[in-house]
Amino acid sequence: MTTVDSAETGSSTGSPSSRNRGTARQTEARAAWLFLLPAGILLVLFIVVPFVLAIGFSFTNQRLISPLPTKFIGLDNYVGQLTDGLFWKSIWNNARFSIFVVPFQTALALFLAVLVNQRLRGRVAFRTIFFTPVTVVMAAAATIWVLLFNANGLVNAALELITFGNFTPDWLNSTMWAMPAIIIVSVWQGVGFQMIILLAALQDVPTELYEAASIDGASTWEQFRSVTLPGIRNQLIFVLTVTTILAMRLFDQPTLMPNAPGGPLDSTRTAMVHMIDIGYSRQNIGRGSAIAVIFFVIVLSLTLFQRRFLREEGEV
Amino acid sequence: MTTATRSAKSDVSSGVKSNPIWRWVLYAVMIALAVLFLFPLIYMVSSSFKADDQVLANSDSLQAFIPQPFVGLENYADAIDRAQFPRVFMNSMIISGFIVGLGLVVNSLFGYALARLQFRGKKVIIAIVIALIIIPFEALAVPLLFMGAEVGWLDTYQIQILPFIANPLFIFLFYTFFLGIPKSLEEAARIDGAGPMQVFVRVVAPLAKPAYATVAILGFLFSWGQYLWPSMVTRGVGVRPLPVGIGVFKTTPPVAWGDIMAYTVMMTLPLLIIFLIFQRQFVQGVASSGVKG
Repeated sequence: MTTVDSAETGSSTGSPSSRNRGTARQTEARAAWLFLLPAGILLVLFIVVPFVLAIGFSFTNQRLISPLPTKFIGLDNYVGQLTDGLFWKSIWNNARFSIFVVPFQTALALFLAVLVNQRLRGRVAFRTIFFTPVTVVMAAAATIWVLLFNANGLVNAALELITFGNFTPDWLNSTMWAMPAIIIVSVWQGVGFQMIILLAALQDVPTELYEAASIDGASTWEQFRSVTLPGIRNQLIFVLTVTTILAMRLFDQPTLMPNAPGGPLDSTRTAMVHMIDIGYSRQNIGRGSAIAVIFFVIVLSLTLFQRRFLREEGEV
Repeated sequence: MTTATRSAKSDVSSGVKSNPIWRWVLYAVMIALAVLFLFPLIYMVSSSFKADDQVLANSDSLQAFIPQPFVGLENYADAIDRAQFPRVFMNSMIISGFIVGLGLVVNSLFGYALARLQFRGKKVIIAIVIALIIIPFEALAVPLLFMGAEVGWLDTYQIQILPFIANPLFIFLFYTFFLGIPKSLEEAARIDGAGPMQVFVRVVAPLAKPAYATVAILGFLFSWGQYLWPSMVTRGVGVRPLPVGIGVFKTTPPVAWGDIMAYTVMMTLPLLIIFLIFQRQFVQGVASSGVKG
């Protein structure tokens, strides 16, 4: 912007062209606002306004339909949530889910990306196969896996063979195994997406680095550690960040898979399941909004923390 | 980045792994993984051709993968009838079509203005767009529902379409793409007297086909699978999309698993076919969603 400004002033020494340029610039600015207008209105209406509303509602007793007038109730909703065991249980469930899914799914995605990046015949076919579940919408994926995880389903039939009948849990009705079942479905459905991002990153690591490393006698593992990993660092961080955010937003699987939303004894109730339960099913918009605000603060701080932490670590 | 360096690089990695035993190990691992990735889908297809009470009955052996006793398209006919499939499918097409189509126009215009046009307050707007990417939709769902109820939009198409047209992530993808294309063509068009809109429509948009393909694919993938929002704002089958429509099967036992599997096959197939046809664009699209890293 500054360069353009100085160029303008430089040429504006009374020549007739300067006036033209001035109007050209005005036309451009006017055009710019026209370009921004359609999406801008939509962003304000459907992101900024509801976000501000959420903050506003979170201090009131607003309900979806209610004969009582809306009242300002200060921090009551926040205090109510933060002292509610069920709220913390759902946060804890998100944490349990993330602790497994984020490292495991990222590592598996990297492993798959490295596999299909080998110069082997049929690697495109394998890439296609690993990506296919991404195109299965979650409502369908969850339905298929409900059948597979049935007490007498295919997963248990396979486990019975492998463990000689010692390990055949009733996955979705067990407080212990409902969450692992959800984790498996999530990884199955989502890992192909991350694989593709990391594959693209792998293919952009400069060849010369590998050549230099192998001339230096580095083993395959050493090359992976000192050439590949630093080379794809940015995309790895991206994948980690996005997977964490998506893990915090977990909703479809715990709603669709166990018999009751929230799962056996609320063992798969996540923050989002809890928020929709309070804010939508029980129509307590004030409470639900408070959860939304707390949730947003958690996601924001996680994102910032993760970015900062990973950035600094890389610079050492 | 170019094909030349890519093939050269592959030679290096194949040089490391030219050992035939290693090659067989790799194939064994990939085939095992491929089985794990595909068996649920084969199971789905096979189950969709079985009688309802047979789906679970022989799920405990390899018979699960054999559609026997074969009932033909009976489940498909039932599913189409019970779930009013044509209606629900059309709903999904209308909703996703509008979200993606209108989204391509408004998001690319916005991204272009940020990347190329000069105006005051640009930096602030860029910062706001990036901040908006972080706000998860779920956090907005409850107040949005309230707004929708206030204006009487529940059970309509527009409440399922309008909130998703403008998308800060897609604006950002367009913005970074437009930053990367050379300015010279646009400048040439400007010297010929073309205004910003003409430059955009005639010069920039045709150059940006890969970006449009990426955003179209990602947008379709996201909108086709949406579950939370439509289940909040729709009650009847009238405007309901596919993922929510599956609910009609889950009301009273005994559950008609054959019908459900037929429905999931029909729900999955369109996206799967599009994916298999446009595989290269899909892969490139997803890959470039990671560029901002």
